[in-house]
Amino acid sequence: MTVLTLIDAIKQAMDEELERDPRVFITGEDVGKRGGVFRATQGLYDKYGGTRVVDSPLAELSIVAIGIGAALADLRPICEIQFADFIHPAFNQIVNEAAKMHYRSGGQWRVPLVIRAPYGGGISGALYHSQSVEAFFTHVPGLKVVIPSTPYDAKGLLKSAVRDPNPVLYFEPKKGYRAIKGDVPPGDYTVPIGPARVAREGRDLSAFAYGMMAHYTVLAAEQVAREDGLDVEVIDLRTLLPVDKEAILTSIQKTGKALIVHEDNLTMGYGAEVAAVLADDGFEYLDAPVRRLAGPDVPAVPFAHTMQEFFMPNPDKIAAAMRDLAEY
Amino acid sequence: MATRIFARPSARLKPEQLLEMFWLMLLSRRLDERAWALHRQGKIAFHISGMGHEGAQVGAAFAINRGVDYVHPYYRDLALALALGITPTDFMMSLFGKKGEYSSKARQMPSHFGSKKLNIISGSSPVATQVPQAAGLAFAIKYKQQTGLLDPDDTSQPRLALACLGEGSTSQGEWHEGMNWAGVHRLPFICLVQNNLYAISVPLEGQMAVSHVADRAAAYGVKGVWVDGNDVLAVYDVMAEAAQRAYQGEGPTLVEAKTYRPVPHSSDDDDRSYRSREEVEEWKKKDPILRFEKHLMDEGILTQERLDEYETRARAEVDHAQHAAEAAPDPDETDALGEVYAD
Repeated sequence: MTVLTLIDAIKQAMDEELERDPRVFITGEDVGKRGGVFRATQGLYDKYGGTRVVDSPLAELSIVAIGIGAALADLRPICEIQFADFIHPAFNQIVNEAAKMHYRSGGQWRVPLVIRAPYGGGISGALYHSQSVEAFFTHVPGLKVVIPSTPYDAKGLLKSAVRDPNPVLYFEPKKGYRAIKGDVPPGDYTVPIGPARVAREGRDLSAFAYGMMAHYTVLAAEQVAREDGLDVEVIDLRTLLPVDKEAILTSIQKTGKALIVHEDNLTMGYGAEVAAVLADDGFEYLDAPVRRLAGPDVPAVPFAHTMQEFFMPNPDKIAAAMRDLAEY
Repeated sequence: MATRIFARPSARLKPEQLLEMFWLMLLSRRLDERAWALHRQGKIAFHISGMGHEGAQVGAAFAINRGVDYVHPYYRDLALALALGITPTDFMMSLFGKKGEYSSKARQMPSHFGSKKLNIISGSSPVATQVPQAAGLAFAIKYKQQTGLLDPDDTSQPRLALACLGEGSTSQGEWHEGMNWAGVHRLPFICLVQNNLYAISVPLEGQMAVSHVADRAAAYGVKGVWVDGNDVLAVYDVMAEAAQRAYQGEGPTLVEAKTYRPVPHSSDDDDRSYRSREEVEEWKKKDPILRFEKHLMDEGILTQERLDEYETRARAEVDHAQHAAEAAPDPDETDALGEVYAD
């Protein structure tokens, strides 16, 4: 085992997939010589050359559309959108094109495409370098949406995404790029797209989270275990679409109480779907109202550190929400 | 200028090829006319027509490796689709939305052509989305050739990507982004704009401040050429040259075929609200089929007898296609659920 940061695990996955399959290539803004603004592709241009690690023009729609075309021609593109906030120009290509191609061609054409994008706040990125965009895409049948929170999962899930015959959106919690470290085995392994992961077993309540908030939720669970003797189960959802209903229901059956955490703003966020799953199929197991801890309903994360801190859930806020719910 | 005439790629087309081109244009027109009639009879929900565009489309199709090169068409490409191998029965199955319809299993509206086996990419309805995707297909061709995944001389594999669209679609950012990639990477890509002067009701001058769509090519470092789209052989000539450029790694071409749509935009449109009948009648005199018919008659390639035979055959094929589609079963309700994800 080697301890890697989240971003190094992502880079290693791409490196190994480029090595494994000559159909795999990377495109995006500054992914070439610069190695990406976050350095996710650092060294790959030197190793694989400009034919396979391709700097794109500064136009996100075309990054995705070129990827779709190349995927239709049986290549395996990994498209990088520099910040999730910049994915919106490509919305039409993702939602109307990539997601619908297999269905609209009666299964004839497929789009094995990966779109990577760093998402999330807490890095003084303000409105346009902090967004969480997952809920726009988890509403779209035909897409898969993945958000890892550990280096192990980051590598294994990205490899699965590259090998998946469908368009996969792979959002990376950029605040955790270097802050989150973990064991990553060298060489090839995959983590399947679909199943959630029990990040921490517990009996008193279930906390459902993903990405940076899954990392924080584990820290919060440890805090309330130490300070309050609470035994919280943390489910790292890690694949948001398809929804792992079974994992959600298995946990609630055990604990009876559910806290959902995401940094995306509350209303119509991904937590609403988790709450709906609990209401539909987990009603009999619930001993308390389903609680959601999420960003406030303002357009995006503001710049000044005071307002940013106010916007972002953190381990202390999550721990407080756990205590409240445990007392219900 | 005899030498110039002989230099035209179309001069190398054999009489049987010329007759096949004419036949496909005629078949497309008769099929199209039947679709309008079926709509008026209340038998189908929707039709969008390719009338008037047959010359541009068949000229283009014959210039590429049909059924092998990638084609990302748009909803007016009926004649192109027929030339690539879609059958009248396929098209009728789309019009009636019947079970197992060839392009989408009757999920899409008619004229959203698509066939994996013919390398025709399934399109959507928002315009110009196909342009950057087709650039992506062309990118893949070049990538495969550069990385040794594909032999550039293997004619059994796609060696270019063709995107088709109307002039209104060139107002979209997607068109710009696709053209830009094609130019930057010198891709084996042809963008065929069928300029019929109207985007539904908005005339050309409401769409762009230049006289020719082809003028826009310069901004991308792409070769741009415009041609009389109602002259099938002229379209063939410029498309053949564009295809050769693509095959030889010389980069993309923007071809603007100037034509006219003598019918409303779709079965839901009424073009009397935005253009005069006189204008439409003037353009009908320049019909690409009448023009090609006269040319072939003048050259002694087409005879009245052969023309009558074609008309009889077209009617029979359209009748057969209609009857086959009418007799086919509707999709099952649960066919709505399939193929959301690929396995």
